[in-house]
Amino acid sequence: MSMIKTFLFSAFISLVLSACSLEPVQPWDRDLLAQQKMQLVADPLEIYLDEHTYFSKEGSSGGQSVGGGGCGCN
Amino acid sequence: MQLKKTQQGPRNIRRQLAVATCSLLAGASHASSLIASGDNWKIDSALLIYAEKDRVSLAEGILNIRKEIDDDEFINARIVTDVLTGSSPNGAVPSSTAQTFTNPSGNSTYTEAANTTPLNHTFKDLRNALSVDWDTPLNRNLRGTLGGNISREYDYLSTGISASLAQDINQRNTTLSIGFSLNKDTWDPVGGVPAGFAVMPAFPGKKTISGSNTDKTVQEILLGVTQVINRRTLMQANYSRGQSDGYLTDPYKILSVLENDGSGNLRGTNPYIYENRPDQRTYQSLYWKGVHQFPNENVLNVSYRYFWDDWGIQSHTVDLRYRFDFDGGHYLQPHLRYYQQGAADFYRQTLIDGEETTLSYASADYRLGEFVTQTIGLKYGFEFKNGAEINFRAEMITQKGKDRSADAVGILQNQQLFPDNEAYLLQGGLSLDSDMVIKYIMRLFK
Repeated sequence: MSMIKTFLFSAFISLVLSACSLEPVQPWDRDLLAQQKMQLVADPLEIYLDEHTYFSKEGSSGGQSVGGGGCGCN
Repeated sequence: MQLKKTQQGPRNIRRQLAVATCSLLAGASHASSLIASGDNWKIDSALLIYAEKDRVSLAEGILNIRKEIDDDEFINARIVTDVLTGSSPNGAVPSSTAQTFTNPSGNSTYTEAANTTPLNHTFKDLRNALSVDWDTPLNRNLRGTLGGNISREYDYLSTGISASLAQDINQRNTTLSIGFSLNKDTWDPVGGVPAGFAVMPAFPGKKTISGSNTDKTVQEILLGVTQVINRRTLMQANYSRGQSDGYLTDPYKILSVLENDGSGNLRGTNPYIYENRPDQRTYQSLYWKGVHQFPNENVLNVSYRYFWDDWGIQSHTVDLRYRFDFDGGHYLQPHLRYYQQGAADFYRQTLIDGEETTLSYASADYRLGEFVTQTIGLKYGFEFKNGAEINFRAEMITQKGKDRSADAVGILQNQQLFPDNEAYLLQGGLSLDSDMVIKYIMRLFK
């Protein structure tokens, strides 16, 4: 599993570094990115309900954001 | 997303300029914030019905209100109520004969039929939760968010705070973010906090307890980067680390203790003991998400998370949503999720007589075992021309686990030790602006 961690950390760092080499998208070209359906969390309530459900049924949680509160369900 | 166009004034001119620049922020994006424009409140609501086959049922309602209190500064409040009832696996393994357990309160018993997974049938709870976030610009390219949350159940209280910063760089094509949260939770379990590996006494005996209540703290930190790849593609990568300290055991879960003759029979006296887990857990995860819009306007949203902790749990989660847009504001969104988890080092489905004196920790909680969860679902949504949205979704969740061969001794080889599960989820949602609600009420009273 350490190989998986190394690979993922490398991918994480390379994504950060790749930011410098990408052609910047100009403000007037961001019409699509501004749409609600293009947001990282397009439907926050749906994601909240999913995270609460899986938090109570699985041994892993989080990763996408911090906060949100605890629960006696796990 | 539909943008409002009726309001005038400096704030709205600035907002329209902001729309034009479409600035980007990780997490709570500017774009989604723009809906809560002017003096209106953006109201999102949802009702979830979750039902497991022969087990737990839950109804959960959410009301989320977002209001712009100053230029590009928002308050977000979320109220959640859920009602839970039904049965939950108590940790004991099935037996060829009926089994009788003492309730956590110690005041009564329940009996499980032969050859079935023992369930605690007294599972019932009402949870109310409130969280409030304040999201504000700190300078032209830096945003800060402060949040607080409180959640109350019959036997559990959770309070927490969180803070995050998001810095835009690279002409706002890149956002670097850091977040921190601290939670303080208190258990007040029915019948008291059982001592680790305490015997579940036959009724009317009382279990040995370490106190009437206990607590834990949870701290998390998250580092993230969000990158605009091109006009149609956005990616996010996060690393997060958390630490829990305090009482991390489930006060209602037990283990079956077997005779040490390899027969698989429950030991003659006190065959059930309460579980015991370490009082510290450090966990980490790497998370990646990509969002891409195809030329036909359909949107792919896919994520992967690798999670690991010092209890020995490792998991992989892949989540995929694909949105098909149709004419007239209709859309359909299939959802697939695959979750695979390895067991905690101290996960045991049974103990052999005497092991409770040699082992430091053991738990038969299926959530610490080796299993796979698969989800398949479909969502339908309709976006009104005024920006409101109504949506529904239905999903099926299956959970299948592995029996530990070391625990399936003797006659237990004929039993299914991991309690497989099947659940159904139905959800309805409604999003609108406060002025729509006011207009509707005015119309009712005309």
